[in-house]
Amino acid sequence: MSRIEEVSIGDAASRSAAADETKPDRMALNVGPSHPTTHGVLRLIMELDGDVITKCDPVIGYLHRGDEKIAENMTYNQFVTFTDRLDYISPLANNVAYALAVESLADIEIPERCQAIRALVCELARLSSHMLGLGVYAMDAGAWTPFFYAFTEREKLYTLFEELTGARFTTSYTRIGGVVRDVPDGWLGRVSKFCDDLPNTLRDFDKLLTRNRIFLERTEGIGVISREDALAYGLTGPNLRASGVDFDLRKDRPYCGYEKYDFEVPIGTTGDCYDRYLVRMEEVRQSVHIVRQIVDSFPDGLWYSEEAKKIFPPPKDKILTSMEELIQNFMIVTEGPQMPEGEVYFEAENPKGALGFFLVSKGGGVPYRLKIRAPSFCNLSILEKMLPGHMLTDVTVILGSLDFVMGECDR
Amino acid sequence: MDEEWANLLEDRYDFLAPRNSRDCVAFDCPTDYLLELCKSLRDKEGCDLLMDVTAVDWGENATPRFSTLYHFFSLARKTYLRIACDCQDDLQPSMPSVSKLYPAADWHEREVFDMFGIHFIGHPNLKRILMWDDYPHFPLRKDFPLAGIETEFPAADVAEDTGVSVQAAPMMGGPFVAPAEGHVSKSEPRGKDQSWTEECDKPR
Repeated sequence: MSRIEEVSIGDAASRSAAADETKPDRMALNVGPSHPTTHGVLRLIMELDGDVITKCDPVIGYLHRGDEKIAENMTYNQFVTFTDRLDYISPLANNVAYALAVESLADIEIPERCQAIRALVCELARLSSHMLGLGVYAMDAGAWTPFFYAFTEREKLYTLFEELTGARFTTSYTRIGGVVRDVPDGWLGRVSKFCDDLPNTLRDFDKLLTRNRIFLERTEGIGVISREDALAYGLTGPNLRASGVDFDLRKDRPYCGYEKYDFEVPIGTTGDCYDRYLVRMEEVRQSVHIVRQIVDSFPDGLWYSEEAKKIFPPPKDKILTSMEELIQNFMIVTEGPQMPEGEVYFEAENPKGALGFFLVSKGGGVPYRLKIRAPSFCNLSILEKMLPGHMLTDVTVILGSLDFVMGECDR
Repeated sequence: MDEEWANLLEDRYDFLAPRNSRDCVAFDCPTDYLLELCKSLRDKEGCDLLMDVTAVDWGENATPRFSTLYHFFSLARKTYLRIACDCQDDLQPSMPSVSKLYPAADWHEREVFDMFGIHFIGHPNLKRILMWDDYPHFPLRKDFPLAGIETEFPAADVAEDTGVSVQAAPMMGGPFVAPAEGHVSKSEPRGKDQSWTEECDKPR
């Protein structure tokens, strides 16, 4: 067989193929960075032996915006908008995780109503993320219909988000010490209605996919991640749980009052693509269950912490009528919420996995260092080990089952 | 529970020094003992997950200038552990790589190398991960300007044909921060990076 130098575009691809000295009977194949199956700008440089992958080198960084550098140059509240753009499928959950991280630095007590709002939006974000994750996963496996069912539900969720936050996509809903505004009148009822409707879609999903012969053959036994590998590579979220590890921060280190709600953490057995599908499906059901409980027991009170005087801006009517509140508001806007010195690391159970923030503060309103531990970044690091040995056609299904977002991976 | 574990670790590993922390158990570890410690943490102390590896630049004039920080999670104890390690040399910072013990560290260490220029000795594939391979700077160091520095375009053939280069970003319009000290007339919120005002030239 004659040597095939490369099947690829661009100078960079040829350089990396040449550097690796592709063996004469192997073929170098470049997928991405712009490719429908890579869900964003992931690039895979693979070495193929026929249809079988022998080596895989993931290349990331095409969406790198330097969020961590930017964070060192702005106040804590200004950075909330940047968290929207991490995992942009579930911006609300990122907002909450970030706010909780900064609050753990300042030791702020959050009122019950605010906690309930935050837990509620986290679960709605999880529903939104999983509906997209499952929908495109099915589409990657060749089934188009579930995608439209899922997107119909996401549209309803986006309408709810818009009513709550004023934006469908980039919500920026939390502030350090609370949330921007209370839930609007009648909104909880509409959330409740959504929860009544969603199980119908899930039933359709079940009928279309769960026992679908084609889907089963594409996913069962494909992309198996053992329990040991999953832990060693630092996988989190549904990908880790599908490999049989019982790790869910909502249970293990409850925040936002998750300890009050009754729910189960689904665990997989084999860690293949099908298990990751099943775990996400069950998480959707559990999330609906949690949302119902939150709506039924929605506490009264304030949606921000009153004690956080130098951190959360006072209400608008007070700013316009009282001198002290006006000064307070001015200081918070110009110098940022005043934080004590110290280091904290906080992780929240986001739809994609554990989203962590490591904060180093030297006091004042601007972080000295902010590190974002992105679950998609860690979940993708296993590709190098996992893909070799699989067929090229399995790549789409495996990527779909990992459910990653490049905005978060590259930050 | 956390204190009990902290005492236990301190007894077992006498080289550890307690570190100020607002949340989890935290220790400073001398660089020479890092690999030994990580091996014991994985095999004996039940730290199953290496959650995060990161670094902090303490400022151009600080000594030690760089520290790397490791966050472990123990599934049995359901708690975090922070280990901090100072890099000995401020000009050529280096650290032993833990990626053989925890494969999760592979990408994290590449990112730290990419952003801070800390070399991880023993890393199997230490190359840039977020920036392109030939990028000459380390963006998260404190002496790197927020706007960026003009550098060569990554594709040499394109640069030759068109003469383009990677430009520093114009900073007009934000981000806005008011300095806490100084005269009040200077403390209005303004673009923190002054690289594009009439008083300062654009960074090289």
